[in-house]
Amino acid sequence: MKSFNFKSATNTKEAVKLISGRATFLAGGMTLLPAIKLRLAAYSDLINIKKIKGLSGIKVSSKSLRIGSTTTHAEVAASKEVGKSISSLAILAEGIGDPQVRNRGTIGGSIANNDPAADYPSACLALNATIHTSKRKISADKFFTGMFETDLKKGELVESIEFEVPEKSSYAKFPNPASRYALVGVYVAKLKKEVRVAVTGVESCVFRCKKLEDALSSNFSSSAIDNVNISSKGFNADIHASAEYRAHIIKVMAKKAVSSC
Amino acid sequence: MAVINITVNGIKISKEIADNTILSDFLRDDLALTGTHIGCDTSQCGACVVHLNGNSIKSCTALVADCDRSEITTIEGLATNGKLHPMQEAFKKNHGLQCGFCTPGMVMSAVDLLKKNKNPSEQEIRDWLEGNICRCTGYQGIVAAVKDAASKM
Amino acid sequence: MANLVGAKIERKEDKKFLTGKGRYTADINLPKQTYAYFVRSPHARAKITKLDHSKAMKAPGVIDVFTGDCVAKDKIGGLICGWKIVSQDGKDMKCPPHPVLAKDSVNFVGDHVAVVVAETLEQAKNAAELVNVSYKVQRAVTRTDEATKFENIHEGIDNNLSFDFLLGDKGKTDEAFSKADKIVKLDVVNNRLIPNAMEPRAAIGDYNTSSDELTLYTASQNPHLDRLIMSAFNAVHPEHKFRIVSPDVGGGFGSKINVYAEDVVVAYASKKIGRPVKWVAERSESFMSDNHGRDHVTHAELAVNNEGKITGIKVDTIANLGAYSLVLAAVTPTYLYAPLLLGIYDIPTACCTVKGVYTNTAPTDAYRGAGRPEATYVIERIVTEAAKEIGMDQAEFRKKNFIQKFPHQQCLVHNIDSGDYNAHLDKAIELADYKNFENRRSQSAKKGKLRGIGFSTYFEACGVAPSAVVMSIGSGVGLWESAEVRFNATGNVSVFTGAHSHGQSHDTTFAQIVGDKLGVAIENIDIVHGDTDKGPFGMGTYGSRSLAVGGTAIVNACDKIIAKGKKVAAKMLEGKPEDIDFKAGEFILKNSNKKKTIGEIAFACYLPGTFGDVNSPLPEGVEPGLIETSFFDPSNFSFPSGSHICEVEVDEETGETKLVKYTVVDDFGTVINPLIVEGQVYGGVAQGVGQALYENAHYDESGQLTSASYMDYTMPRADNFPQMTLDYTCTPATSNPLGAKGCGEAGTIAAPAAVMNAVIDAVGTDVQMPATAEKVWKALKKNGSKKAAA
Repeated sequence: MKSFNFKSATNTKEAVKLISGRATFLAGGMTLLPAIKLRLAAYSDLINIKKIKGLSGIKVSSKSLRIGSTTTHAEVAASKEVGKSISSLAILAEGIGDPQVRNRGTIGGSIANNDPAADYPSACLALNATIHTSKRKISADKFFTGMFETDLKKGELVESIEFEVPEKSSYAKFPNPASRYALVGVYVAKLKKEVRVAVTGVESCVFRCKKLEDALSSNFSSSAIDNVNISSKGFNADIHASAEYRAHIIKVMAKKAVSSC
Repeated sequence: MAVINITVNGIKISKEIADNTILSDFLRDDLALTGTHIGCDTSQCGACVVHLNGNSIKSCTALVADCDRSEITTIEGLATNGKLHPMQEAFKKNHGLQCGFCTPGMVMSAVDLLKKNKNPSEQEIRDWLEGNICRCTGYQGIVAAVKDAASKM
Repeated sequence: MANLVGAKIERKEDKKFLTGKGRYTADINLPKQTYAYFVRSPHARAKITKLDHSKAMKAPGVIDVFTGDCVAKDKIGGLICGWKIVSQDGKDMKCPPHPVLAKDSVNFVGDHVAVVVAETLEQAKNAAELVNVSYKVQRAVTRTDEATKFENIHEGIDNNLSFDFLLGDKGKTDEAFSKADKIVKLDVVNNRLIPNAMEPRAAIGDYNTSSDELTLYTASQNPHLDRLIMSAFNAVHPEHKFRIVSPDVGGGFGSKINVYAEDVVVAYASKKIGRPVKWVAERSESFMSDNHGRDHVTHAELAVNNEGKITGIKVDTIANLGAYSLVLAAVTPTYLYAPLLLGIYDIPTACCTVKGVYTNTAPTDAYRGAGRPEATYVIERIVTEAAKEIGMDQAEFRKKNFIQKFPHQQCLVHNIDSGDYNAHLDKAIELADYKNFENRRSQSAKKGKLRGIGFSTYFEACGVAPSAVVMSIGSGVGLWESAEVRFNATGNVSVFTGAHSHGQSHDTTFAQIVGDKLGVAIENIDIVHGDTDKGPFGMGTYGSRSLAVGGTAIVNACDKIIAKGKKVAAKMLEGKPEDIDFKAGEFILKNSNKKKTIGEIAFACYLPGTFGDVNSPLPEGVEPGLIETSFFDPSNFSFPSGSHICEVEVDEETGETKLVKYTVVDDFGTVINPLIVEGQVYGGVAQGVGQALYENAHYDESGQLTSASYMDYTMPRADNFPQMTLDYTCTPATSNPLGAKGCGEAGTIAAPAAVMNAVIDAVGTDVQMPATAEKVWKALKKNGSKKAAA
């Protein structure tokens, strides 16, 4: 593996200060380390943020659920607080990767990486999340900007993700049979003010599906989805699924999600 | 380079290592613990699974520097005083291995499962082993072994 | 002591693997070791216009860089096709040159171009990025069915056709078809697979400059054959100064039969630099450069009469050899394939053609089952279609056409010595609860799932095989097997076998055989394999042959031990050798209570004297020592058979298929250890299910392998399977004294057809492998499913 310096930060300020040149933050490393090993990426410095106190943990209130960025998927999946306030989020976490990935991978790492087939970004969009960073608060709607791209500026660190507690919500994932990432993942949430439907795995970046949101806003039931016409234009097509198939699966997953809400 | 302090299979080790040293390479090359295997480069096969502070992880996707002051258990550390761990015994009894290459990771993963779920159903076992690929057994002997071990542990 | 054979005995080899003490090639590190990293072609087809490695040579830690020019200058031979096929026009198959490092052109993504040898792996990889290769990229062909229409990719090989093979009687078969009441037609694709043994290939060359001895550690299924080929054809080193060690090997499945470029190159490089050179494949290299398997496109027709009897079969197949022809590349889709197209049915006439074509893809070769899964898939699919078309129950149709009397000379090649096909089908039908299938189908329908059932009644020709026969049809070597049994002075036994265990459990099963034969406790028997310096020349393990051929060599060597022991015992017990019985480890003089244990006899053989007595216990003419060797050449193949019944549930909305019930009844003849045989069957079925539902090596139009990691190549995982049901029937093989038929490949051979027949039954229309969710969904839609179209 190409060489780099490993530095552990003990607080956010220090972490941010350590970012210069070709440096980047290291949380779980589940994507970052394989990318470096495969020589798809190279860095001068990896700044470990897992030792920063306060970045890990789950806080819950009646309106929101806040998860620290270095909280692992396993911790979210096993959390009683998450299970009680937004159980769909715990279920989502339980379905990420495999147990070993869940023991290391973190929510902050996942959303900062913004893999087009990752699960968490859909939760952020559907649950109207606010991303708290070392500099500011960013709404999920503005956070995910493109394939592996976010609104994060250089040296800006995700500190926590605050999800709105929905009235009802559910995530349905149709996994890629090989990687087990989402071939199509649909997160449906009935919030106080609106219905949100976020889709992952389908385009270069997670997105909200307006047509499904409209249909479900007027009638929050799986039958409301029947007559929605999802266009496959712009959808990913690869050896696992055509754009047309993905469009079809969005509906199937959306119905599944709504019926298990 | 930095000195890291790490406990591997109960033995305290203090060693200067390069910052980019991967845990699986460190175990295999520096400590000659070659029971931890490398079967892929995308963190999916699970042949390299070890325990980090009691939780199973893929050692091919962890930096040694990141494991400073941690406890690692590898397949070599599972048997005690020459007596096989009940999971190892169960794999033997149920023909849960053939070529043996995926076995160390498979066993370490299964041990972690039983720590978290003392009496898993067959489906729970199969789901848990998602991150461990075996090409020989069709997983039948492995699942039987985990069930068997659960009944004895 | 007796009756080890047939007992469920836990494996002797398990403890080392379970405690992390296995020793695979990658685990070996030698003093002064260097590291090799290969520069591979990023293009599917290109001319190399310039190769400049001067920068790489100057990079930190680099010891040397070798290219196609170096190996050509040092007269290192290219890789070979070990079993050549003759086309129907009488001409030899055409094989392109296959240098171990490309000289002028590259022909698939991953083709080896140069190797960098450095002090560390990281340095070798860094320097490899500095090797500057200029390519003139050419158009590539990857599709099997397009190869013959594409421009020649190898000079002098027109239409990219290596061979045009024919087996059977065309005239007679045409006549049968002209008289047929019904002709059933079928087009099938046998998808390309990547073997994916969990241990990536690895090799370490270690040349001793003073003794001129070369040692190659390599993950191989057949170290002696490797040495033979590398000495005779690659001219790496003379055979008598060349040792090949295949230590623990983490799965083979055919992918570790070949001598690979990397084997030759690390051995060569070690000689050049005088230090050990180590190479371990990264998984992506395995995907690109291990031999792939299958990849056929086939049209088949079956002639049937109104009574439901099959009267003939015609099959035309195009087999994709990939870029070059590897060791068993040509025999796999011909002699290992075509004769098996008859299945276990009494078919009076057949005609099969196979076109072997070159494309810009990784070379294909034997992959678990090698030819037999492809053939079984064709016959078991078309038989199912035929039953459907004439409106007969598929089990009844099969039974009506089963071979009933043995031995049975098939119309193509094989003379099947034994079997009872009704027996295993009846048992499988009962175990699978076939009669209540429609109830289960309705239950599934209530959950919104489409349930289907599929049969596959297979046979295979394994235990390869009689040397004279295989050499008469092109094999470069005879396929006998060797064994040496050394009964040690202290009463334990070392058994050297030419077979190689890379998961097959020989340490246990062979020890069971020897234990029963010689009356020695299993823990006092050690099975040694995988080192050309240790045992006699052996052929290695593939083709489900180790027990039927290698096991028999062990039995015969044990018989020689007993025969010698009887002579020695006769003298010691003051009788005649013909009056000595041997039973449970004891030599007993008939009609007396005089006896000697085999341990005492061995002791006497090694220490033929006693203090104060000048009389030898050895009879005149009997040499000291108790070591016997046997080379066994079987008289025939062996023919395992069985019935698999599979049930699947298909989600009508998504097309996702789930395996819900799988029943197997096999006839492997004598089973030495049921625990181990079960494991072989389970694993084999899993690979067959993988082919049917998940796995596919996919090249895009430019020739890039788009399924080159576990992110994109779907490996079956634990959650893809239900618990399977297994049972046996037994008709012993007559071609070997054990009565064993072989079990290593059976699951992989039978399963694809069973699974696909079930999928097609559920869907109601044709689907090609792998039956991915999208393919099934499309088929459902085409078939008018409203749910799929919704």
